[in-house]
Amino acid sequence: METPIEVSGLVKTFGRTRALDGLDLTVRAGEVHGFLGPNGAGKSTAIRALLGLLRTDAGDVRLLGGDPWRDAVALHRRLAYVPGDVTLWPNLSGGEVIDLLGRMRGGLDPARRAELLDSFELDPRKKGRAYSKGNRQKVGLVAALASDVELLILDEPTSGLDPLMEEVFQHWVRRARADGRTVLLSSHILAEVEALCDRVTIIRNGRDVETGTLSELRHLRRTSIEAEVTGSVDGLGQLGGVHDLRVDGQRVRFDVEDAALDAALRRLTEIGVRSLTSQPPTLEELFLRHYQAEQVRS
Amino acid sequence: MSPFTGTRHLVRLILRRDRVVLPIWILLLAVLPASYASAYAELYQTADERAAYLANTASNPSIVALLGPVFGDSIGALTVQRAGMLVLVAALASLLTVVRHTRTEEEAGRRELLGATVLGRYAGLTAALLVTYAANVLLGLLIAGGLVAAGLPGAGSLIFGAGLALTGVAFATVGGLAAQLTESAGGARGIGLGVLGLAFVLRLAGDAGGSGGAGGKAEWLSWVSPLGWAPRVRAFAGERWWVLLLPVLFAAVVALVAYPISVRRDLGAGVLPPRLGPATAGPRLAGPFGLAWRLHRGQLLGWTLGFGLLGLVLGGAADAAADAVQGNQQVADILARLGGTATLAEAYLGSSLSLTALAAAGYGIQAALRARAEETAGRAEPLLATAVSRSRWLAAHLLFALLGPVVVLAVAGLATGLSYGLSVGDVGGELLRLLGVGLAQVPAVWVLAGLAALLVGWLPRFSSAAWAVLAGCLLLGQIGAVLKLSQWALDVSPFTHTPQVLGDNWTVTPLVALTVITAALLALALRTFQTRDIPTQ
Repeated sequence: METPIEVSGLVKTFGRTRALDGLDLTVRAGEVHGFLGPNGAGKSTAIRALLGLLRTDAGDVRLLGGDPWRDAVALHRRLAYVPGDVTLWPNLSGGEVIDLLGRMRGGLDPARRAELLDSFELDPRKKGRAYSKGNRQKVGLVAALASDVELLILDEPTSGLDPLMEEVFQHWVRRARADGRTVLLSSHILAEVEALCDRVTIIRNGRDVETGTLSELRHLRRTSIEAEVTGSVDGLGQLGGVHDLRVDGQRVRFDVEDAALDAALRRLTEIGVRSLTSQPPTLEELFLRHYQAEQVRS
Repeated sequence: MSPFTGTRHLVRLILRRDRVVLPIWILLLAVLPASYASAYAELYQTADERAAYLANTASNPSIVALLGPVFGDSIGALTVQRAGMLVLVAALASLLTVVRHTRTEEEAGRRELLGATVLGRYAGLTAALLVTYAANVLLGLLIAGGLVAAGLPGAGSLIFGAGLALTGVAFATVGGLAAQLTESAGGARGIGLGVLGLAFVLRLAGDAGGSGGAGGKAEWLSWVSPLGWAPRVRAFAGERWWVLLLPVLFAAVVALVAYPISVRRDLGAGVLPPRLGPATAGPRLAGPFGLAWRLHRGQLLGWTLGFGLLGLVLGGAADAAADAVQGNQQVADILARLGGTATLAEAYLGSSLSLTALAAAGYGIQAALRARAEETAGRAEPLLATAVSRSRWLAAHLLFALLGPVVVLAVAGLATGLSYGLSVGDVGGELLRLLGVGLAQVPAVWVLAGLAALLVGWLPRFSSAAWAVLAGCLLLGQIGAVLKLSQWALDVSPFTHTPQVLGDNWTVTPLVALTVITAALLALALRTFQTRDIPTQ
């Protein structure tokens, strides 16, 4: 099976701004791939280049085995795209837009359409101008998820959805993966990416800074340990790989590199442990670490 | 906090946002009455000429129905009648301005942004009304000043300006009420335009039976219509100042209805429930062309109706217009130069239809630029991410930019032919002849639509420059001959090349050439649209 998305060294400039600056991105067949980055990092630009809407300046883009610029029409038949800000025609009803987009992609599954409308609690009879932001997103999502396509490209699709609908969205993305579809999910909502994605690419300033499975990303990262100890914590701070040690009476908190975890835990049990919690680094922390590094530099 | 808190800030915001549009329509409407006055003064210098004009033309029932009654044969009275349409235009501009700064803002969500700041409940409506009222007062004063400068008596000038301004005020208030009723700005505009249309039809029906200043049997209809009051102040013919109270009272009553509604309803909601649409798309809404039909059909219908009405009026007035200028050599010269054909009525029809060609070009440009509007609104991108090629998507919009003008010009020609044919007793012949005149305008119109298309494809950021080109053509056509510009300069405008098909010696060559140019422009438009970024900011 071909790799649905393969991007290497992608460069796109707008005037003097370098929106994409050597981006690499590989999405494997059947996975949900998180595409993560702060606003303005270049996520939407990358997606538009993937869709053949933008002309690239350098680099290589392969979409479903083809060239998205040259073979746009044929490739678009096999994918569905939801932009981050779905705008509707004021005088068309939501149902009409769903059908229109579905037909223009080459048909949608009527049973799944009905099921989607039901679970997203969307009234398809309202006119475009009458929908709230969240409901406009739902129109785009229903149209995409009801289409029989191999690849879903979702650009911050849940902006404006409430937490309940976020759950519904996650259910449908899992179902799409179970059906063997590939999903590229651009997001800055880390909980969503953590809950859904098999692999993640973090983008910053138009360049990928990190890519891999969530556990790979956590590898060589620090685990947060919080413990209540019975003895004195002497010597813990001298251990290599232990950072940010804070002692508050009998309570200790520190971050430890994975390589030093074993030694740190041994030392803790020597001291005597009454309670212990350990937390893997959240994506949030990974993300902030990159983001802060950038701010420090600038 | 008073319910008016923040009005001042909103007024400033509106003035800042309208700093171009507002002065344009004020100035445009302000200079026209004075220019009519000086034109009449020059054309009809003796009392006899004016009396003849009054008897033959100004009192003609179809002219009275269209423009309003005429009270006397003074330059002032004739000018007031001639400016009758301007009252309608001022009312229209006022109505649209108020809707744009109330419901449009609310629909776009910008009012919510402001509503969260310190803003009284009445501030939004009040600010929009205040600005529009002030614009009308200024307009009225400028008109009065212009008429006085053109040598007309002060009292008549002032009351005419006041009548026009207060009609604007009345319809501004109607706009303010309409904006409270529906959720969408389009719906509010529809209601406002409906009221304006009703007022126009009432005045038309009321004045239709009369001739000159003598009202017909149904003159009370004109007294019911807010558009009937401005002519009835009898400017320059025994002014009736009390009539000015009518639009003021009307505006006050409408405002008294609008304000309580504006407070009682929720932000973003209307009084009338929003209409629901179908839950599934009909079979025709399946691709770019089906969608384009949905997006363009309302406009096509509106333009077609407008052109049909215009054609009926033009055709009906042709004989009267020809009579009016029968004895006047100067007018005959001008018309002959413009039309270059045998009879005066035909010259009049030819030059009138060439003016409608400019309007049709406006429609063509608007339809072509719709593609760009779709792109900037973010509605092109999701479609172009489906299995639809860029050229098909663009072609769907361009189809309406090309065929729309054909439809409206054909209808204008047919309607003109119908009413002119009725007045000269040869419907069958005139119908076909004037259909021909209408269709002969098409290739020149296409060139401008093609140019707009090329801008959308090639220089999207500058696509509104198409309007500037249209304005240039309008200027060349209207004042080029008067200024005796060189033929080379006149030839720049495609409209110069439209042949006068009512005359005998014309060839099809220029029409073919214009069509070939259009084809080239369209091919380039599609080509350049293939290779650019979407969206281009």
